[in-house]
Amino acid sequence: MKTTLQRSSRRLLPRAMQRHDIMTSCCKSLTTSSFHNDHHQQQQQYPLSTVVVGRSFHSSSFAAAYQEAAYNNDDDNELQTSSSYPPFPYESSYNPTKPDPDYPSLGPTTKLNLFQSINTALQLALSTDPTTIVFGEDVAFGGVFRTSQNLRSEFGAHRVFNTPLSENGIAGMAIGYASMGGTAIGEIQFADYIFPAMDQIVNEMAKFRYRSGNQWSCGGVTLRAPCGAVGHGGLYHSQSPEAYLCHTPGLVVVMPRGPRCAKGLLLSSVRCKDPVIFLEPKILYRSAVEEVPDADYEIPLGKAEIMQHGTDVTIVGWGAQLRRLQVATDLASKEGISCELIDLRTLLPWDSDTIIRSVKKTGKLIVSHEAPITCGFGAEIAATLQQECFFHLEAPIQRVAGYDTPFPLVSEKYYLPDETKNLDAIRKVMELAK
Amino acid sequence: ISRAPGYGMAGIRVDGNDVFAVHAAVAEARKLALETSAPVMIEAMTYRQGHHSTSDDSSRYRDVDEVQAAQDVTDPLIRMDKFLSHYGWMDNNAVTSIGDEERAAVLRAMEAAEARPTPTLESMFTDVYHEKPPHLIRQEKELRQHLVKHNIHHH
Repeated sequence: MKTTLQRSSRRLLPRAMQRHDIMTSCCKSLTTSSFHNDHHQQQQQYPLSTVVVGRSFHSSSFAAAYQEAAYNNDDDNELQTSSSYPPFPYESSYNPTKPDPDYPSLGPTTKLNLFQSINTALQLALSTDPTTIVFGEDVAFGGVFRTSQNLRSEFGAHRVFNTPLSENGIAGMAIGYASMGGTAIGEIQFADYIFPAMDQIVNEMAKFRYRSGNQWSCGGVTLRAPCGAVGHGGLYHSQSPEAYLCHTPGLVVVMPRGPRCAKGLLLSSVRCKDPVIFLEPKILYRSAVEEVPDADYEIPLGKAEIMQHGTDVTIVGWGAQLRRLQVATDLASKEGISCELIDLRTLLPWDSDTIIRSVKKTGKLIVSHEAPITCGFGAEIAATLQQECFFHLEAPIQRVAGYDTPFPLVSEKYYLPDETKNLDAIRKVMELAK
Repeated sequence: ISRAPGYGMAGIRVDGNDVFAVHAAVAEARKLALETSAPVMIEAMTYRQGHHSTSDDSSRYRDVDEVQAAQDVTDPLIRMDKFLSHYGWMDNNAVTSIGDEERAAVLRAMEAAEARPTPTLESMFTDVYHEKPPHLIRQEKELRQHLVKHNIHHH
């Protein structure tokens, strides 16, 4: 391990803030990835301006973007979306195989599942940034979910390697490597095991920039972890720890809902100038299949996505939960209820602007997540929304979440906030608003 | 084993697949522990023949031949078998019948365990705390109302 780090450090940059320069020069000569599967033979050039979708999280100061509209009570513009979003209303219902207006044509696509799309994103990260390393438990042979397959043979053992069974070692090493200017993509085998690393994450990673007065930072860190219910995970293979992480200023917490946004979000996270915890809903690794663009593209962090526009009720969720929410909203639409479904995508910092605008329009809000309800992330959304939109609300904000117990094994299907519970919440909120 | 002096402990490394060696090492370690009232670290070396778990396929990261070789050479049961046969102390009939009895006992235990009913829904909310707090009582009630309302069959 020592030799590996020594060899890698020779490739490191003198200054931690060179990352944007690499990004620009790499993007100028971007080619589509042609190595991940045999479907696609073409090679095309995509200049930077068409690759980065929307306002990129790292190219504009996040603070400026956030303050721009978040608490602006400008009622004239309340229904206007920002320049990077197409004007609404546009076509309804989330259809993973239909071209998504949020992702303008990025060229040819390939049908990939979640682990394949993460694999592709990691390949791109490794090939475009020579300082990138990927490490974690069992990562070398391909990973227990096959997310890192073929990476070691392609990029070398000094860049893709196993770590000992030590999560705080994984996190600590990522911090150290990134503080010297490198890009470290660490993998925590299950999000349930992120807790041994919490001291490193909370006390070191999150505060690195702040405590040094921006003299040093560890923005090159991306910690990936599979999270969420999987049907048979029980207490320690099903947790969603986003609430613990979102309570830590200095971190960025991201959760994709499918292969197409996962690739873009992971590339954004890897290139983000702040440490990112990237949570991947493990049940989607094989079950979610979408047309994923072959290009190197990024999805802006800190921005929610309106999957489906509606007028009666706003529903917010993230990760695998959105599939259940989609079913509930489809059933609700049969009863004549028009739902606006929003994928938060980035949980910290979260896009309150989009949710506030939506709730000002609909007057009702439901937040749904798998994690236990008490102090779950839904509580944060509910508290902020009642503060900002109190006089626009026609009904109390509903939270549909897991119960306040450890994640059960046999009772999992009764524990989860499923389609029925969400449909009930939709009906209830419509009833209360009358 | 190098950790033991780091912690100020006596330590011994032993071939974990050799029954007699392990017995001897543990006996010595126990004697030392009782004499000195201090811990002794025993590092028993062995080899994991099986997969890491039911969801693991170890042929993806190690040679199948390596596993087979380890099994042939180091398996403690095979070694004991050969040792006893060498001295003519092995009664093969007895071994077979004991094996059959034990297998039957294990299968009976498995059947008994599998025949036990699934834990009821109440088990989800019990033992979170010493006494069920008000919010859990409320949540359990909500869940039961939900199941009744939608006529959902539950255990």
